[in-house]
Amino acid sequence: MAKVKITFWRVILAILMVAGAYATYIRFFKGLGASTNLSDAFPWGLWIGFDVMCGVMLAAGGFTLTAAVYLFNLKKFKPIVRPTVLTAFMGYLLVCVGLFFDVGRGLVLWHPLVMWNPRSVMFEVAWCVTLYTTVLSLEFAGVLFERFKLDAALRVQKAIIIPLVILGVVLSTLHQSSLGSLYLILPNKLHPFWYTPILPVLFFLSAICVGLAMTIFESSMSAKHFGKQLELPLIQGLGRTLLVMLSIFTVVRFEDLFHRDALRLLSHGGWETGLFIVEILMACIIPIGLLLIPKVRENPKGLYLAAVICLLGFVTNRLNVAVTGLESSAGQHYFPKWSEIAVTLAIIAAGFWIFALAVKYLPIFSHEPIRAAKAQEEELIAPREVELWNAQP
Amino acid sequence: MSKSILYDATLCIGCKACEGACAEHHGLPYNDAIAAETKQSDHKYTVVLTKDDKFMRRLCMNCQDPTCASVCPVGAFRKNALGPVTYDGSKCIGCRYCLQACPFSVPKYEWSKTWPLVRKCDMCADRVTNGQPTSCAEICPTGATKFGERDDLIAEAKDRIAKGEGKYVNHIYGVEEVGGTSVLLLSSVPFETFGYKTDISKEALPMYTSRVLEKLPDVVLLAVVSLGGIWWLRNRKEEVAAAEGHAVPNKA
Repeated sequence: MAKVKITFWRVILAILMVAGAYATYIRFFKGLGASTNLSDAFPWGLWIGFDVMCGVMLAAGGFTLTAAVYLFNLKKFKPIVRPTVLTAFMGYLLVCVGLFFDVGRGLVLWHPLVMWNPRSVMFEVAWCVTLYTTVLSLEFAGVLFERFKLDAALRVQKAIIIPLVILGVVLSTLHQSSLGSLYLILPNKLHPFWYTPILPVLFFLSAICVGLAMTIFESSMSAKHFGKQLELPLIQGLGRTLLVMLSIFTVVRFEDLFHRDALRLLSHGGWETGLFIVEILMACIIPIGLLLIPKVRENPKGLYLAAVICLLGFVTNRLNVAVTGLESSAGQHYFPKWSEIAVTLAIIAAGFWIFALAVKYLPIFSHEPIRAAKAQEEELIAPREVELWNAQP
Repeated sequence: MSKSILYDATLCIGCKACEGACAEHHGLPYNDAIAAETKQSDHKYTVVLTKDDKFMRRLCMNCQDPTCASVCPVGAFRKNALGPVTYDGSKCIGCRYCLQACPFSVPKYEWSKTWPLVRKCDMCADRVTNGQPTSCAEICPTGATKFGERDDLIAEAKDRIAKGEGKYVNHIYGVEEVGGTSVLLLSSVPFETFGYKTDISKEALPMYTSRVLEKLPDVVLLAVVSLGGIWWLRNRKEEVAAAEGHAVPNKA
């Protein structure tokens, strides 16, 4: 059974890679016009709206979890630091690949590093992507050092991990929020459901929600495919935190809509209203409703369901800001060409594949963290842990 | 000192000589087929639009505080002190934020090329720098497109509206729009007729992002200190305990 399954996924992977390779050929040898449905009226599409906007958002577990474990000292979450940092690292590498496809002159993508324009949000984004990808690679390097027994390097990495984590959290805060700031320049173009001066704040808060939801989602996925999952109390803790963060996000979102008097537009109808309602239901109302029920938030399947709905809701949010919210002012609809979809799917498939390889060959779920999670009693009687235990007031 | 173009639609006869002169000056092809195109594109920087017996030009507004210059991550766009907004293609990475951000949707992209550039009217920056008028203003047979000092042209436009006995819409498009532009428009029909938005921000758009960006250094400093502080508060006891080799509560 297991063999058939693997073969099935390998076939899917191969198909996606072939389609992606052909689309890549069209993109780089025929140009953006031949490979995308982008136009002067609609210059950003799927690659920016999904690959970059959603890719960065879905990588948010990295900074959320490293902050929780290393800075807030919530040690119980340590077992999931590595998988979430790996996800974030994969996410950012794929964002870089997506950007390379999207920009017209990928070979000079490094220009913002030497040709500065600090007035530009895109300049900030470029620096954040570069620096945070570097930080993530250093955070992740510990896994490689451990695997290949490079003790000296591992010691250095451990010595600088706190400054690294702080830098990572600061860069993520800037990057997540700046993706929202990108759209501040469009007060007359972006639909009022989504255009707000607090876009950067909303992007940051939703990134934290997504970081938590992604961690719950990943834990369930790794339980299914790698037979490794988190202790239930940990996922429940994540679920409770998600409930609080979603509530905060929802309050801020509605306060803003209310103060800008944007809710009156609901009566205008139209497909923007439909998308707005779908987004609010999936990102806010349904997950909060589900998580408020004790039976749901104490049960792994219930948590998984709430997390998935929430993730889809925030993907809808990002696509509304980046694509659909701009269609009215652009005066035309945009739907990606097959080659845009093929590239995106190939990038995602490559991400899953690399993740699976990393889990197979590197100490991602195994080793000290998983032991710490599984054998809490063992931990408590270990000498150092006794000290920690006693340290609690 | 700042130059401008004043386009008075009531004087325009729709001969499209400006389109041809623009194409010639920028080394672009121009023929009957291109003359019939009614959209600005990577090979047509200005168009003369026709509706019934009314005309209107579209070209880069060459904003006083250009949005394209503020959003470009590599600073490829520059506002020339004389008025033109120029573009340096050798810097461009092709992110197309300028296309997205321009309030007038002016910059166009070379979608069919594999090493594409952004294309737009640059108010004939080379000519203007040499003290010449723009090629469109120079060729205009009726004076509908006029080149001169911005302040003089605004005064003249006001004068024309005042003496026009209701011929004009009482508005000079470009004096206040997005903080002012180096292209000024007069029309006898509402500007919306030809796609010019009048509900557009009166404030220069770069302000919308600079309000956020200028807070960045403060946010970074505050975040570093706060996060470092949280780490110290939450982990310090353990560090001390580990270093001294005994449990913390003994000291408490």
